[in-house]
Amino acid sequence: AVVSTQSGHYGRDIKAEQKQISVWELTDEGKSFVANGSYEFVLYSAVTKDGILQKELMKMPNAKIGFSKAMTLGWLVIDKKHEDGPTVFRKVDDATDVVKTMLEDINTQKKVDEKKIQDLKKRKLITPVVTKFYLVTKGTSFNTQIERPEADLTADMLQDGSWKEKSFKEYNFKAKGAPITSGYLHPLLKVRTEYRRIFLDMGFSEMPTNKFVENGFWNFDALFQPQQHPARDAHDTFFISNPEMTDASKLPADYLEKVKSTHENGGYGSTGYNYDWKISEAQKNILRTHTTAVSARMLYKLAQQEEFRPVKMFSIDRVFRNETLDATHLAEFHQIEGLVADRNLTLGHLIGILYAFFKKLGIEKLKFKPAYNPYTEPSMEIFSYHPGLKKWVEIGNSGMFRPEMLLPMGIPKDVNVIAWGLSLERPTMIKYGINNIRELIGHKVNLNMVQENPICRLNKV
Amino acid sequence: SSGINAEWPLRPGLTEDSYNSFILLQDKLHQNIGRERSLVSIGTHDLDTIQGPFKYHALPPPEIKFQPLNQDTVMTAPQMFDIFRKNYLKPYLQIIESSPVYPLITDVNGTVLSLPPVINGNHSKISLSTRNIFIEVTAKDRKKAGIVLDTICGAFSEYCTTPHTIEAVEIVQADGSTFSSPKMGSRIEEYDSAELCLKSGIKTATPEQLADLLTKMCLRASVAGEKLKVEIGPTRHDILHQCDVEEDIAIAYGYNNIPQVLPDLYTIAVEQDVNKLSDSVREELARCGFTEVLTFSLCSRDDVSVNLRIPEAVGGAVQISNPKTFEFQVVRTTLLPGMLKTASCNRNMPLPLKLFEVSDIVVKDTLTETGTKNYRYVCALFAGKTSGFEVVHGLLDRVMLMLDVKDYHIQQTSDPMFFPGRGADIILGTKKIGHLGILHPEVLEKFDVTLPCSVLEFNLDPFV
Repeated sequence: AVVSTQSGHYGRDIKAEQKQISVWELTDEGKSFVANGSYEFVLYSAVTKDGILQKELMKMPNAKIGFSKAMTLGWLVIDKKHEDGPTVFRKVDDATDVVKTMLEDINTQKKVDEKKIQDLKKRKLITPVVTKFYLVTKGTSFNTQIERPEADLTADMLQDGSWKEKSFKEYNFKAKGAPITSGYLHPLLKVRTEYRRIFLDMGFSEMPTNKFVENGFWNFDALFQPQQHPARDAHDTFFISNPEMTDASKLPADYLEKVKSTHENGGYGSTGYNYDWKISEAQKNILRTHTTAVSARMLYKLAQQEEFRPVKMFSIDRVFRNETLDATHLAEFHQIEGLVADRNLTLGHLIGILYAFFKKLGIEKLKFKPAYNPYTEPSMEIFSYHPGLKKWVEIGNSGMFRPEMLLPMGIPKDVNVIAWGLSLERPTMIKYGINNIRELIGHKVNLNMVQENPICRLNKV
Repeated sequence: SSGINAEWPLRPGLTEDSYNSFILLQDKLHQNIGRERSLVSIGTHDLDTIQGPFKYHALPPPEIKFQPLNQDTVMTAPQMFDIFRKNYLKPYLQIIESSPVYPLITDVNGTVLSLPPVINGNHSKISLSTRNIFIEVTAKDRKKAGIVLDTICGAFSEYCTTPHTIEAVEIVQADGSTFSSPKMGSRIEEYDSAELCLKSGIKTATPEQLADLLTKMCLRASVAGEKLKVEIGPTRHDILHQCDVEEDIAIAYGYNNIPQVLPDLYTIAVEQDVNKLSDSVREELARCGFTEVLTFSLCSRDDVSVNLRIPEAVGGAVQISNPKTFEFQVVRTTLLPGMLKTASCNRNMPLPLKLFEVSDIVVKDTLTETGTKNYRYVCALFAGKTSGFEVVHGLLDRVMLMLDVKDYHIQQTSDPMFFPGRGADIILGTKKIGHLGILHPEVLEKFDVTLPCSVLEFNLDPFV
């Protein structure tokens, strides 16, 4: 109760001071002295004027101590030569039981000489007793009315103005605030939103990619990727068993003939691949291995227009690979693709637009290395310097679509199409320090990670 | 001319490094252009251990007897295939296994050189002391065979006593006609000097400089007036078109030396409506306190049918052939499996669990080019101590308000996926576009979810 009076707001109303007193108390022995007299006085009283034989005297209780003290006080004397044996005689006629008196005084809290107190303590007649206590006095704002401190300012208090009289508890600024209930967007999709915005900012229009199932024709053949290319194998590509094939009549007939002829015999300045192109391979349905299939469709559509109009287009969507799975590879992931189609574009333009694109991601220094894609020539791998990892890391792939791809579509000869691509997952994992892709996509993702993932700022490293 | 060091005093014969490199080159060619040996297969042999002329023929498997490379005994083809079924050669057996006869290359004494595309004979195996090598290439594609042979000869002949020389072989075909192999042919192409830099954007090179750059890339070039004459040798089968030459120029010049320039093309961007709307809906759902998930498009057949108590639904799903695991059997026709699996995996989250996803599903559709169609679906799930049916219902009302939709209503359904009396279809105008309800306990059990769940799922496309 005392401590609580000191806590909080009561501290101003009541002052409590801790104090301590030491008091002497009589031991049981001491109490018996008060009741019966000290050992020495009792012994003295037992000695008559005729004296008493010492050995008789010593039979009394506490005789040893009593006799010793009585002798020291000069109350008794021994005649060792007495005819009956050593005999004790009174030395003084009267003696005062000073010890008893002192003990009585102590009992009644009368003051006793300090030195005498030590003697009494030595004889274990008294013992100190410590009492601790609080001295409680009125504080500055002492009030006989009992009041609880408020935790919060309420509407009622404002209404009746009682906030002016009330006192308020202290707030614990060291604790965390209340958790806010909220909804959350997925980290990878937050990154996707940023990339979409970058493309839109640069004037790139979005391609319609809501088509997961493609056929070999648009995914490979239209891109001048030969039917014998290992990437068209079942161990890299997911084939569909139902519906297994695209109806050949649904593919543009004239264009298909041109594609076939270009693969087989070349033309448009090319030697071609010189193999037998089979329509059945083109008809096979697959899960698209890249969104470049959509780019091919869009470029074909562009070429069918009366007059060629240059374009900038992009897409970000899911692609599927039937490869070996590991910590950084899943069967499905998201591809980002951008392309520009215009007259007389060069690698210099591709490099220029890549610098502009990656600058928005906070990357300012790029390096380019030769690469190979079946459908681009020249091709370049894009590298940037990662300050955290302290090395150049590959951040994307790029190139110029081959004439064998564009010319059969009907794209004018002086039009070049530059394009680049990267995955959405990889930069996200690097940015958020995620090592296993399953912690980012899929049902095993820890929802806490989703809920605590900060605002996506791509241009801040 | 520059680029080729004529003073190369290479010691004739194989060193450990050149031997390993030789083997590696064959492996790479097998994998890539040989399409895992199914198109082209290479055999290399110590010529001094065998004697021509050589015969390329076929025999019934039991009649084929020889000691295969790295085995200790002579055995028949069936016997050796049994052994190979258990090692790295297994994938190649199927290329010929179904045939009544297997291809064989033997020498004049009947010694077996190789059984393409599977294994060579031990007899003619190459070692570091080999001085003469016989190279044979068998294939299903004549052009590819030629490319492979040219590539090996081109790469390897620099180790010959007289570098870059090869002894040709005369091949007698089944009809008696003959031809010489390898071709090792070159062709001369002429290109307009002015055109050769159009793709790279190199502005400052003279035709002589271009010729030098190409020669540096092993495409020997010389200036001929306005044109460049370029010799394309047998090791450059990758040159199909002028653009391949242009790439080599750019590589020799150095990609990093090409000055950058922004395309001066002014365009105004247009988004896909379905994506723009999806992003807006996602934000609304997050504002309502739901957490977004991103789950897999591929799942098991049961996940879209039996596990949802609608076994017949599997008929509408796009099926993957030869999936590696049952998780890749179909493309999902509903977002529910991913949501339920997420709920099951996140048991330690505070309740209630409120999840959503806006993503594509795929179904069969005979009217489209591929016979399939993507739909953009919105799905939400509530899992808690109680089912939260009124919450997902409230969420539907909220989303419809945000989509500015007035003519929708829900009507009770007996869909077996839902708890009896607690399922409803969502009707827009007169068409069903989705449904909502409390999931049937058997569905929860199949997905290992221990809490009652209410779900909402509808197609966003009608609102785009």
